[in-house]
Amino acid sequence: MSTKEWPLWEVFIRSKQGLNHKHVGSLRAPDAQLAIENARDVYTRRNEGISIWVIPSSEIVASDPDDSDSLFEPAASKVYRHPTFYDVPDGISHM
Amino acid sequence: MNNDLYTYTLRIADDSLILGQRLSELCGHGPILEEDIALTNIALDLIGQATTLFEYAATVQNEGKTADDLAFLRYEHDYKNVLLVEQTNGDFGQTIVRQWLFDTFRVLFYDALQHSSDTQLAAIAEKSLKETKYHCKHSSEWVIRLGDGTEESHSRTQDALDLLWRYSDELFFMDETDQAMIAAKVGVDLAALRPIWMERIQEVVQAATLTIPTNNWKQQGGRLGKHTEHLGFLLADLQYMQRAYPGMQW
Amino acid sequence: MKETNLEALETAFQAKIDKDIRIEPKDWMPEEYRKTLIRQISQHAHSEIVGMLPEGNWITRAPNLRRKAVLLAKVQDEAGHGLYLYSAVETLGADREATIDDLHSGKAKYSSIFNYPTLSWADMGAIGWLVDGAAIMNQVPLCRCSYGPYARAMVRVCKEESFHQRQGFEIMSTLANGTPIQKALAQDALNRFWWPALMMFGPNDSDSPHSQQSMDWKIKRFSNDELRQTFVDVTVPQAEMIGLTIPDPDLKFNEETGHYEFGAINWDEFWEVVKGNGPCNADRIAARRNAKENGQWVREAAMAHEEKRKAKQAS
Repeated sequence: MSTKEWPLWEVFIRSKQGLNHKHVGSLRAPDAQLAIENARDVYTRRNEGISIWVIPSSEIVASDPDDSDSLFEPAASKVYRHPTFYDVPDGISHM
Repeated sequence: MNNDLYTYTLRIADDSLILGQRLSELCGHGPILEEDIALTNIALDLIGQATTLFEYAATVQNEGKTADDLAFLRYEHDYKNVLLVEQTNGDFGQTIVRQWLFDTFRVLFYDALQHSSDTQLAAIAEKSLKETKYHCKHSSEWVIRLGDGTEESHSRTQDALDLLWRYSDELFFMDETDQAMIAAKVGVDLAALRPIWMERIQEVVQAATLTIPTNNWKQQGGRLGKHTEHLGFLLADLQYMQRAYPGMQW
Repeated sequence: MKETNLEALETAFQAKIDKDIRIEPKDWMPEEYRKTLIRQISQHAHSEIVGMLPEGNWITRAPNLRRKAVLLAKVQDEAGHGLYLYSAVETLGADREATIDDLHSGKAKYSSIFNYPTLSWADMGAIGWLVDGAAIMNQVPLCRCSYGPYARAMVRVCKEESFHQRQGFEIMSTLANGTPIQKALAQDALNRFWWPALMMFGPNDSDSPHSQQSMDWKIKRFSNDELRQTFVDVTVPQAEMIGLTIPDPDLKFNEETGHYEFGAINWDEFWEVVKGNGPCNADRIAARRNAKENGQWVREAAMAHEEKRKAKQAS
């Protein structure tokens, strides 16, 4: 009785207009349509969403945590990208 | 009281209650976790619709009864649901074919009923329509998946359609109650919905590679309180607490 | 060389945990940590799913429309919670259906409480109040568990579960304030579920082999006995408030410690139920196995249809 199980989908929900879709979890579904419907039933039972994205988990490409030093640390030293890096004389507002 | 309006409302309420009760038997036993949740959502919508409709029926009846009195404390022949909704769940094919035949009808029915001159019924229809459209989409898609899927699923789904087709005609049952309600611009002329229903059913049947049964012998009686053997057992469960512990608050 | 490397990884891993940095799916983790989590989270998921059955029993017999809708919603939530948890299991590289097969073969365990029968409507109250109450006590600390996906799933679960316990207590207090027959139903349900609820926290700390490692890994934040004590301390006054009696002649409040002292738990019974000898073990597993087997053709059909559709689209 070997059978191909339904593939895994990652679910992203927009909770209200103006906010990004946010990853909430995963589920199993045979096709995109049912993945959306299942996501609706599983992840928005309490009005948590107004829009749903689903994507086959196998299609997600993720960065490797082993690379995180070289990927993300270089940004840490670029403090000049942040407004707090700059001195603004007292009395100057709206900046 | 307005007898016709009472009976009319009760018929709609009973369809929702009995089908909701049937679906709720499946909670915890669905073919996969996700579908278990989906079926329960449909059950919840139906129980919710039934509750509002019974509340309204109780108001129309004006005998001081509650929605629960109507839902739980009538005798078998006082339930006016169509025979289709009391049929057992069978396998998932049977559950979904029953749902789809009913949902396709219900969408058209609520769509028309939301224009009722009775503002209560119109409001209930408008709210229920949104839910029912989703049910109908879900069940129609499933009929297509199952009909077209594998040899086994095809034959199971065709069997279910063969079994349940005889109960589909009753969805369009009309008697003097309906005539009175249509005349009062409260009720829906079901005869007008029938060709659209058939068209939608055929669309799905075709996509599902199924065949509409040629057996045209139809069963009816539910609208008048004459049921199949299945209803009694369903009511035995439904009414158990109210019958075993009469008159208590829960 | 390799061994020192492993040691360094383990040290770095523990340092992260000690600093309360969450572990995420693709991060390096000790094999034992992964295995422990897969075992614990899938057991937790199985408990949610098997836990649908004793309450599912009463959905069709719920005494009124409101209770029916609430119970349906509650049991459905449990399916949802099972799913959130299986999602977390899958982030660890385990396959959900394979872990479910382990449940069906008896290899994987689930909470022993669900092997007790639900004999009256009052049991819906007792389960919500005591079983969900105990579960919440176990679960709230898990929201801070070191493994990110598990912690996030638990945040969701805990948020949703708060209504579960309340609806249970509401049922109990309605019955306790009802007719003498109803009050007797409530007391009987409390009598049957009290001790199994205390067993839900697991064996005494002295007999709990995995506990220390799980504490170090911050998978577990409080010991079984600590949680059990908290549960007793909050629940006893609730029972008193609605006029029910905790079925424990040894129960008494210790003014000095500020805690209730309670009688000995029958651990023989606990282990027998865990081993499969509870009143409903066979029924519960059979029901789950049937659901999966009866759904086999459905799942296959949906996949076959999708493959046909894709093929059609490609041609």
